[in-house]
Formats: sequence, structure tokens, C-alpha cells
Amino acid sequence: MAAALAQGFADPVLDAQQAFRAVLMALAEPGAPRALPGLAHAPPPLPPVLAALALTLLDHETPVWLDRPLADSNAMKSWLAFQCGAPLSDDPARAAFALIAEPAGLPPLALFAQGTDAFPDRSTTILIAATPTRQSLTLTGPGIDGSRKADLPIRPSLVAEWAENRALFPRGVDVVIAGAGEIIGLPRTTRLARG
Amino acid sequence: MSARAYNFAYLDEQTKRMIRRALLKAVAIPGYQVPFASREMPMPYGWGTGGVQVTAAVIGPDDVLKVIDQGADDTTNAVSIRAFFAKVAEVKTTTRTAEATLIQTRHRIPEHPLTSGQILVYQVPIPEPLRFLEPRETETRTMHALSEYGLMHVKLYEDIARHGHIATTYAYPVKVEGRYLMDPSPIPKFDNPKMHRSPALQLFGAGREKRIYAIPPFTEVVSLDFDDHPFTVQEFGAPCALCGAEGVYLDEVVLDDKGGHMFVCSDTDFCEDRRAQGFGPQVTEAAE
Amino acid sequence: MYVAVKGGEAAIANAHRLLADRRRGDRSLPAIGIEQIVNQLGLAVDRVMGEGSLYDRELAALAITQARGDMIEAIFLVRAYRTTLPRFGISVPIDTAAMEIERRISASFKDLPGGQVLGPTFDYTHRLIDPALAEDLPVDAPLTREAPETASPRVTDLLAGEGLIEPDGVVSSEPPGDLTREPLEFPLSRELRLQALARGDEGFLLALGYSTQRGYARTHPFAGEIRIGEVEVRLFVPELGFEVVLGRVRVTECQMVNQFHGNAETPPQFTRGYGLVFGQAERKAMSMALCDRALRAREFGEDIVAPAQDEEFVISHSDNVQATGFVEHLKLPHYVDFQAELDLVRRLRAEHASERKREAAE
Repeated sequence: MAAALAQGFADPVLDAQQAFRAVLMALAEPGAPRALPGLAHAPPPLPPVLAALALTLLDHETPVWLDRPLADSNAMKSWLAFQCGAPLSDDPARAAFALIAEPAGLPPLALFAQGTDAFPDRSTTILIAATPTRQSLTLTGPGIDGSRKADLPIRPSLVAEWAENRALFPRGVDVVIAGAGEIIGLPRTTRLARG
Repeated sequence: MSARAYNFAYLDEQTKRMIRRALLKAVAIPGYQVPFASREMPMPYGWGTGGVQVTAAVIGPDDVLKVIDQGADDTTNAVSIRAFFAKVAEVKTTTRTAEATLIQTRHRIPEHPLTSGQILVYQVPIPEPLRFLEPRETETRTMHALSEYGLMHVKLYEDIARHGHIATTYAYPVKVEGRYLMDPSPIPKFDNPKMHRSPALQLFGAGREKRIYAIPPFTEVVSLDFDDHPFTVQEFGAPCALCGAEGVYLDEVVLDDKGGHMFVCSDTDFCEDRRAQGFGPQVTEAAE
Repeated sequence: MYVAVKGGEAAIANAHRLLADRRRGDRSLPAIGIEQIVNQLGLAVDRVMGEGSLYDRELAALAITQARGDMIEAIFLVRAYRTTLPRFGISVPIDTAAMEIERRISASFKDLPGGQVLGPTFDYTHRLIDPALAEDLPVDAPLTREAPETASPRVTDLLAGEGLIEPDGVVSSEPPGDLTREPLEFPLSRELRLQALARGDEGFLLALGYSTQRGYARTHPFAGEIRIGEVEVRLFVPELGFEVVLGRVRVTECQMVNQFHGNAETPPQFTRGYGLVFGQAERKAMSMALCDRALRAREFGEDIVAPAQDEEFVISHSDNVQATGFVEHLKLPHYVDFQAELDLVRRLRAEHASERKREAAE
């Protein structure tokens, strides 16, 4: 049991630092993929890169909401409790982070914490696995020199939902998409257009 | 309690995570001040504890760190902070702007244009641009929530009415991405245009006031002004007396007690670099 | 030819070497031992523990000697160390009613169960410099007696029994806030305000408390009770299912009893101002209690008219480590900003002069 639980970063300090820098730059330069190695022994069904993000950002101060496949896995929940100590939240509107292993099952963005006008930072950061299919999009906004073309591994309906999220600014959720060995940042400031 | 008792980059991992989370929200909401649980640092509040905490949360062993104060690498506080990170994070340090991946600064933006991938960390004493007009946090927070910045426009306009122009010369307020009024830290307004659409990531840390904010690369940063009184930067009458550079920010050096003075680059790395390239004082007729 | 100043690193190293020399002083004299400071400068140690928010006598004493006796510097050293310590848990509230009392006085009752106990106090000493202390003469041992059988209930509990004073508040099941771990958001809960006051600067709180007595937000205080002594610190361990005693700490508690005229909902009754500080720190605990009561103005619907009632003002400025840092940062170079202002003043003066010349010509 202890051996199965004790699967964190090989170097908790430096691995977390490198992963954080990848997330920081991913959100600072939206749409541009950043290399982020997945965790060697992630607890299924948590994808390895999502596991690395969880180790980097979550702890006892961050209520986390899990999607159905993750919430159904006791092994995953034990790992999360042991490695991060993050309290689980049933209510997405109270979650600092959401972990989404199955992107098709992502609830409407509006169900997550949006922050307030006075404290827009109190919104959920959604850490979501990449979809197998991609959407060809043009991104504009802070962090982008003019515009950026990118094929984002997100489900098609997220594009329309994202426009609503963008309209809430400065409130709104932020998203980090976790692929194989890389992440893509989608902060609330980014505008998405098809093509 | 030996130096080794402390973690890489001094801060414990829990504290780093807390600061990192604040940084991510700061990047996602450009110009908005994210409250964070600033820690006591082994240097005094007001001496760069916010910048030091941001740097400590970001820095890794592959980074090359530059620290400047007033544009200079060898001012005592810059020396002290650089030595701190050399000790607790064992990183390479440099004085050369182009070589640095991470630059912590107090009161200046380097003259050498920053590039994509570089991170500039500002030390901020008072992060709230409205603080001297409204001392209460509860009030200024509401003003930001409502994007109600009339107070600042009135203040600047009163300057114009009294002096004929805006009398703010440093910590000159900017509007970020058309939404948040932001204090650029006490840099001279000369440096404000360098923030606009900079390819570098700009992070701001205010330790005592417990706020972090950020400007992502290529973000609109506009200095407040009026149509009939557009924003202008300081101009110096003469080039740098050491390297002959023009269009850079200069420090006045007092030479004697008879009013003798000269102007030299505030950015010491920039000045040294130029002199190494063979630039020197511009010879003018007045110099005879 | 002008050459830019270099050598900040060497200058700093040399300055610190000189500081170490001055701190040690004359080497022919013995260095002060930590135990000597703990034993003979105990109230200084207590202040450093209180405002440093860390109960460790030896560490506070070490900080005092490292800081050459500069109390705020010593407090800063302790705080910077404290912030690196891991948190293992949150103790259950200490029970000051169960205190092993060394000093206990009430100004509101002549006598009361448990009696008045003066303890080791400067009160009623005549403040005459004692030349005899310059020589290390023998000091009499204190008189002792058996601890009395009767309990010493808190004065506020006695008043509460009659309903004459507001209730003591409800113990929340939520974990208490921690101002060292979360950014403050005004208005504060009372527990966070009390945390801030407990580590606030003694001098600042003393002056504010004093101002309330002089009419800037008068709260009609009575020193209901001041008690000093040791209490047990207990931790509830969920794995064991019961509380374990971690140790004992000495604290000073002050409960001010204040008048309140009542309002539509509440009949006239006494209200509380609370002070609790590590160690023996009576002045600080009393000042804290006065400030606490003044800061409860909003709660009681009182007009906020004085600095001591202004929460943002008081709490934002009560921390001496923050204050000293920002005040002293003015020593750092500001020549870039000064240059910008110099340029502006020269320009304004030139404009002023040409304006005067133009007026004279007209």
C-alpha cells in the first residue's frame, strides 16, 4: 500500500519547479505547447501529465473537484490525499482546481467558481486531459503577438462556451490542457475563433 | 538552523505553491493585484521581499539571474539579493541583461530590449495605484471591481490645471489591456513605454502589502493621459558622459560643491557594454 | 575623470564584520550567555516571543543578543525563522481559567474567589535607581506558600453568571484563520484581529489604547482582571481520539470590562475587550484589550470617530516588522526617482521664472 501511494516526483523540489515554469509560460503564452514530462507512476485513470500538474499546484489549501472517472477511483483518491493532501469538493463552484481525465464529461464552465468582481482570482483552474481530436483555431489576447494559429485538443463545444467565459472578464475560469508530454494554457483573456 | 536547513530557493514547498498559484491567476488577469500570504523573509519588508518571494517561487537551477537596483547591478541591495540567491539556489548570476533568464529589478527596466522567454520581476513598495488618493483597501478594491478610475483622472487633471502638465514623474499609472489601472512600481515614467507589448513576462511582487500582479508578453500597457496632454517621457539635454548614449535614462552625479555635475547611464550594464564596444564620450564644442 | 563606484559586495562584507565586532564589544569581558538573558532579561525575552509569535525562550534570547538588544530587530529575526517552520496542527484553545496563577488582580472587585495575587510586579516599587544592583549582591529567596484550595474563576465568568456581561462568543467549529498563512481581507473576523493585535507593536498599541482613555473613542474600561501564569497547551489527536498535553506556556491575559448602554435588541450590559500575550507582558495585554474593545465599535453600532476604532488603520500599521522595514527602506538608493523629481522641479522653476519675467515685462 505505502509503495503504491508513494509515487510522487522523483525530485519533489526541482521537478515541481520545472513543471510550474511550464504552466506559468503556458498561461503567459496561450496556445503554445510547453513540454511537461508526465509522472512516471501516475495512478490510473489519472493521465501522467495531469498527475504532474496536481503534484505541482495542489495541497491542503486547494479544494479540488474530480470528474466522474477520477472520483470513482479509490486508488486515485488515496494518491491525491497522500501526495497532495487536497480536500475534495463535491461542488465545482467551490473548487480551486478541477481535475478532468475524461474531457467529454467536462461540466459546463459556468458551474465552476467564476471569482467575483472584487476577487476575480477566486475562480477554478481547470486541469483537463487533451481530446484525441483537435480544433483549428485562431487565438488572440494577452501573451500573443498579434494572433496565433493553433490546433487545440479540446472538444468542439468548448469553443462556444469559451466565448461566454471570455465575456465574463475579469471573472472566469482558466484552463490548462494536458497532452502527452506537453501542456497548453488557455487563460480567461484568450479569444478563440474558428479557422 | 544552518544554511542547509533551508529549502532550495529558501522558501518551503508549500509557500512556493501558494505563491505559484497566485502568479498563475495574476497572469490570467493582467494588471489585477492577487492577494497572497506573503511570508516574512530574512530581509526587511520594503527591501524587495515581494520580488524575492516571486523570484524564489519561479527560479530553477538552470536560470541565470540578474539583479538590479536603480538600474545598477552593484548597488548594495542588488548585491545583497543576488548573493542571497547565489547561496540558497546555487544559480548562475550575471550582470548582462541579454544573458539573464530572470531579472529582478527595483525602480528600472533595463535599456537593452528584453526578449521572449525572459522574466522580469519587479519589487513593488505600494502596489495600489489609487492608494495615495484613497488610503482604504476596502474602497480601492471596489473601484477596481467597478473599473471606476475617475479619481486618478481628476488627480492628473488637477496637475495639469496647476502646473500646465502632469507632475507625476515615477510610478506613473498605466492601464493594462484596457481594464485594470496598475502601478508600474516606482520606475521613472521614462521606462513606461518599455512595458507595452514587451516580449518578456513581467511579474510584480509586493511583500509587505501582500500582492502579486503580472503583465503577460505582448500585452497592452498604456500610460494614462489626455488627448490634449499626451503622455511624454523625460528627455535629457546631453548624452551619457561615459558612453555617449542618447535616449537612455541618466543619473546625475554631483562632482563638487560648486554645482559641478555630470550625467551618466543609470543602466550600468548597458553603459559598460557600450564602452566595451568602443563608444565613449561624445566630443562636442562645449567640451573644450 | 569620473569612475562609477564599485565594490558593493566588499563593502557589505566589511560592514557586517564591523557589526559583529561591535556586537561582541570588549573581548576582555565575558560574552553574555543565552541562559543569563533568559533568566535576567526575562521581560525582554517575553516581548520578543510575543511580537515574534513564537514561544521559545532560548531562541528569543539568542535573537536579542544577535540584535545587540534592538528589540524590533530581535522580533524580526524570530519571525523570519518562525515562517520557515512546518505546522503540525492547531492546538485546542488554552483554558486560562485553569491557569497556574502567579499574578492575578482585579480592579473591579475588592475581593473575589481565589483572591488578589500581586505576584512579581513593578507596581508600587519606588522608581529609584538601585546602585546596589551594580554589585552582584545576594538576593533573598521569595516567600512561598501552598497553592490555595479555592479556584480562581475569571471575573468575566462571575459577571456572566448574572448575565451582566455579553457572552464570551461561540467557539466555531471552523478552523481558526491564520494571518501568517492567508492574506488579510478587511473587515477582519475578531479572531484574526486579535491575532494581529497579539503580535502588534507594544508601543503602537499602548499609544492607541491611551488615546481611547483620553477621549478618542472612550470605552469606559475597567481592568476586570489581569492574570499571569502557566497554562497547558493541548492537541486533539484524531488517531487517538483524545487530547494530549504538549507542554506549558506562560501567558498574560487581560479582560477589560466596558460599559455599553444597549440598543433596541440588547439591554444595557458590560462588554469585553480582550488581551492575551505570551509571557509576562501586562502593558501589552492591557493595551491590546483596550484596542480590541475600540475596534469592536462596528459590532456595537458605535460611531467610528477615532483612530483606535479604525480597523484598517490600526491593523495595517500595528506590525513593527512591516513598519520598520518600510520606514527604513528610505535608506535604500532612490536616485532614479529623485532624478525624475529633480528634473521636474527644475522645469517647474524655469517655467515659474519665465512666467514672472513675462508678467514683469507686461
